[in-house]
Amino acid sequence: MPRIVIDVERCKGCGLCTQVCPKGDLVQMSDEFNSKGYRPSKFVDPEKKCIGCAFCANMCPDVAITVYR
Amino acid sequence: MSEAKEEKIVFQRPKALCDVVTHYCPGCLHGVVHRVIAEVIDDLGIQEITVGIAPVGCSVLAYNYIATDFAEAAHGRAPAMATGMKRVHPELVVFTYQGDGDLAAIGTNELIHAATRGENITTIFINNAIYGMTGGQMAPTTLPGQVTTSTPRGRDTKLAGFPVRVCELVSTLEGSAYIVRRSAYNPSEIRKLKAAIKTAFQVQMAGLGYSLVEVVSNCPTNWGMTPLESLKWLQENMLAYYPLGDYKVKDSVKELMAKK
Ligand SMILES: Cc1ncc(C[n+]2csc(CCOP(=O)(O)OP(=O)(O)O)c2C)c(N)n1
Ligand code: SF4
Ligand code: SF4
Ligand code: SF4
Ligand SMILES: [Mg+2]
Repeated sequence: MPRIVIDVERCKGCGLCTQVCPKGDLVQMSDEFNSKGYRPSKFVDPEKKCIGCAFCANMCPDVAITVYR
Repeated sequence: MSEAKEEKIVFQRPKALCDVVTHYCPGCLHGVVHRVIAEVIDDLGIQEITVGIAPVGCSVLAYNYIATDFAEAAHGRAPAMATGMKRVHPELVVFTYQGDGDLAAIGTNELIHAATRGENITTIFINNAIYGMTGGQMAPTTLPGQVTTSTPRGRDTKLAGFPVRVCELVSTLEGSAYIVRRSAYNPSEIRKLKAAIKTAFQVQMAGLGYSLVEVVSNCPTNWGMTPLESLKWLQENMLAYYPLGDYKVKDSVKELMAKK
């Protein structure tokens, strides 16, 4: 099953990864804070729709996303 | 019955990018461009023979992030430093990483002369239309009407002249071989950026002359926008004045690309 893992401590909460998913809104902003005070993004994929295209990871200026397929 | 497939990593931090937190603001595309350069270095297997020259500007600490040898140039002098390094060590891949203030203001002279001499070096030029590091003053590339801390009513071209188009300028110089403008505002543009940086390094390795890849970039902090707003502003305003495309691809470069 393709999936992504977000390193929430590396994430700066910029949101660039949230607008490019071809499957809709699998990457969303979280309501929680990381230790730096940023709101990281989160991976929400209950229906296993992720195709592992890595569009989200490509947008990340902080290389906080790893993609598995 | 389906075969159990082992899970593979299909996207991760490239080897040539240090595993550290950068000082860049959230959503700053400097980080994306660093990663893409590191991916190209990995793909070409040139980590041990590559030397970067860092500028003065927000990317002054690029040497802490890209895992190759690095030197820090005086403001705007990266192409001069790269020239010396490449001439003494032609076996190295030497690239400069420069912002628009560094390259198109204080460093214009070095840039133009390195290009016209046809130095076998590569420049990665980050055009975010502003001096990011120093608090958002007008750069030579600031758009007409653009508000900056030193043009609070917008850039008045009667007073401050017109923005410089670097690719258009440098492509007129005989020594330049591969001059292109790309961006990084979506995954497809990032893929094209990576291909261009790879070609630029290959042009250098084949000794074909000066190569420059401009990246139309952002500065959410000093543009006064969220990162997502900045990508929209980039597309709606920057691209009209700085059209993406290939400004110069010498025949020798076309032949090289046809072989790859
Ligand atoms: C000799 C000298 N003059 C001026 C400065 C101030 N200064 C530091 S960075 C900079 C410009 C940075 O802008 P840019 O190259 O566009 O990089 P950015 O921060 O936008 O990535 C200036 C003018 C300096 N450090 N040294
Ligand atoms: S890898 Fe592709 S499909 Fe999966 S979350 Fe990221 S953008 Fe969406
Ligand atoms: S692009 Fe990277 S830093 Fe920005 S919100 Fe997504 S994971 Fe976080
Ligand atoms: S000031 Fe601008 S260019 Fe500098 S790190 Fe922040 S967003 Fe990037
Ligand atoms: Mg700048």
